[in-house]
Amino acid sequence: MNLAWRDIRYKLGRFILTCVGLSLLLAVVITMAALNRGQIEDATALVRAIGADLWIVEADTVGPFAESSRIPGDTREMVARIHGVAEAGSITLQNVQLDRAGRKVRLQVVGYEPGRPGGPVQIAIGREITRSHYELIADRQTGLKVGETVRLGRNDYTVVGETRGIVTLSGDSIVYVTLRDAQQLQFELTPPAARREAARGAQQREQTNLVNAVVARLVPEVPSEEVAEVVRRWKHLTVLTDKQQQDFLTVNVIERARRQLGLFMAILTVVSIVIIALIIYTLTMDKIREIATLKLIGAPNRTIIGMIVQQALLMGLASYFIGTAMVYLFKGWFPRRLVMLPEDIAALFGVVVVVCLLASVLGVRAALRVDPGRALTG
Amino acid sequence: MTGGTDRRPLVEIKSLSKHFGEGEARVDALRDITMTVSQGEVVGLLGPSGSGKSTLLNAIGAVIEPNEGWMRLDGEVVYDNRWIRRDLRRLRLEKIGFIFQTHNLLPFLDATDNVAIVYYLAGRPRVESLKRAEELLDYLQVGHRKHAMPSQLSGGEAQRVAIARALANSPRIILADEPTAALDSVRAGIVMDLLRKLAVEQQAAIIAVTHDEKIFDRFDRIFKLRDGFLVDIEERARPDPANRGE
Repeated sequence: MNLAWRDIRYKLGRFILTCVGLSLLLAVVITMAALNRGQIEDATALVRAIGADLWIVEADTVGPFAESSRIPGDTREMVARIHGVAEAGSITLQNVQLDRAGRKVRLQVVGYEPGRPGGPVQIAIGREITRSHYELIADRQTGLKVGETVRLGRNDYTVVGETRGIVTLSGDSIVYVTLRDAQQLQFELTPPAARREAARGAQQREQTNLVNAVVARLVPEVPSEEVAEVVRRWKHLTVLTDKQQQDFLTVNVIERARRQLGLFMAILTVVSIVIIALIIYTLTMDKIREIATLKLIGAPNRTIIGMIVQQALLMGLASYFIGTAMVYLFKGWFPRRLVMLPEDIAALFGVVVVVCLLASVLGVRAALRVDPGRALTG
Repeated sequence: MTGGTDRRPLVEIKSLSKHFGEGEARVDALRDITMTVSQGEVVGLLGPSGSGKSTLLNAIGAVIEPNEGWMRLDGEVVYDNRWIRRDLRRLRLEKIGFIFQTHNLLPFLDATDNVAIVYYLAGRPRVESLKRAEELLDYLQVGHRKHAMPSQLSGGEAQRVAIARALANSPRIILADEPTAALDSVRAGIVMDLLRKLAVEQQAAIIAVTHDEKIFDRFDRIFKLRDGFLVDIEERARPDPANRGE
């Protein structure tokens, strides 16, 4: 005879309502964990999408994402000639803001050389950029459709392909254009005064022939450190392996944001403990007379403790499953990516069990203090 | 000491005292109570509010600890200036049945489970517990309401289910706190006749706290308490079990 379940069934409406309320709280905890993972995913999405083995950037910087990096455009040829490099490509990165259907859309424009590393590895819909100018590949998150035209700088670009899930550190959408278009765009979007100065002098060509980084893919079996060592001899450049680039983005760049989310999760977990404890305590206090009666007719403490702990666990687990289902159901509606890894979900399951056990302590204490004689008082 | 002379005593109390608080706040709830109740007897505890009736009932039920005295229940010395019997929960489960003023059925269990829970707590298998519970409900003529929840039972039905629960483990001592307070006179008479019948058939001792004058004639003896003292014992004509409670 399971007293916990019988009591729940007797007041099923109240139990369901309590679970729904609690599941919203747990859903926020799950969302925080998923946001944390999503942030890591977002931070490394572009790096992974490019799929380079080495990143060559300006000396003494950790560009091009965390710090500004500008290197000469001919660096690519130098890198491509190193023994062990299979292919190399230049990239530029630039943030722009578009007005689209009355909404401001923030984009990061990645300039790359079609056919060389730096562009999207996988195109979900449409094709690669084949023309030298005014074609664009957009991520689905931008809302741009294949065949659509969009104005960037002084020119209209045609969307020819669509990628999935490639965003910047801050969650902005990414579009790809040719390197030459990107360099031109950088020039067009500089402040007018600088643009006029640049137009007056012969330095314009130099300015537009800068890139933010060169990415290289190596011949299989060639150790990346061996190639990196060669690049390091050129004092005006810094080289980062793909792992270093990803580690730097996840450990250094978004660390503060992750710690912030972690702190929120910790606070919410404590709040959950307090709320579950109060609910269990209130439910226990509602049953004081029944508990006294049970004690009087000879129920051992373990029966009463079992009833309270089982109710706490049932409530916590029901809320956990409802909360997880809610986050799964609505995760597409969040502006930032939510990534729910099985290990995170399993860990949260464990946390919920521990939280329920801790929270039921208050109710158990109250129940054990109930005097069986209370059943005899009118 | 007064008691049934030809029957085995089930509740024997000598010089039992209980006080609450100390110093000026001290209240003597029981003072030097000595009494005996034997098998087959139905006795009443009568007295004004604060006279010690409920305290005495709680002390016999091992719910509160007396301060001094001696007590033997069903032949076992359980208290001798301190609890001799360690496991009071087990003592209550094995030897004592409780009937409450407001039935105190567990609202989340149906009538059968409210009775079966006592068997279940005693470690009996579920199927056997349910079978015994149903037999008891039939015996108390509420078998037709065995699946009803307490909120669906009338006052009389609920009290019968509560009596069935009190009898579940065939306790030798049944303690009843105002068992008829919530019932009209007809139902009160029926319940008391039922208790008398049980006392006779199960050779149990029944001790009931009551203010209800209409059931005084159902008792073999009435213990009158005032200010914690046992001031009088009223012997009543012992009704013939063949005519009462059948």
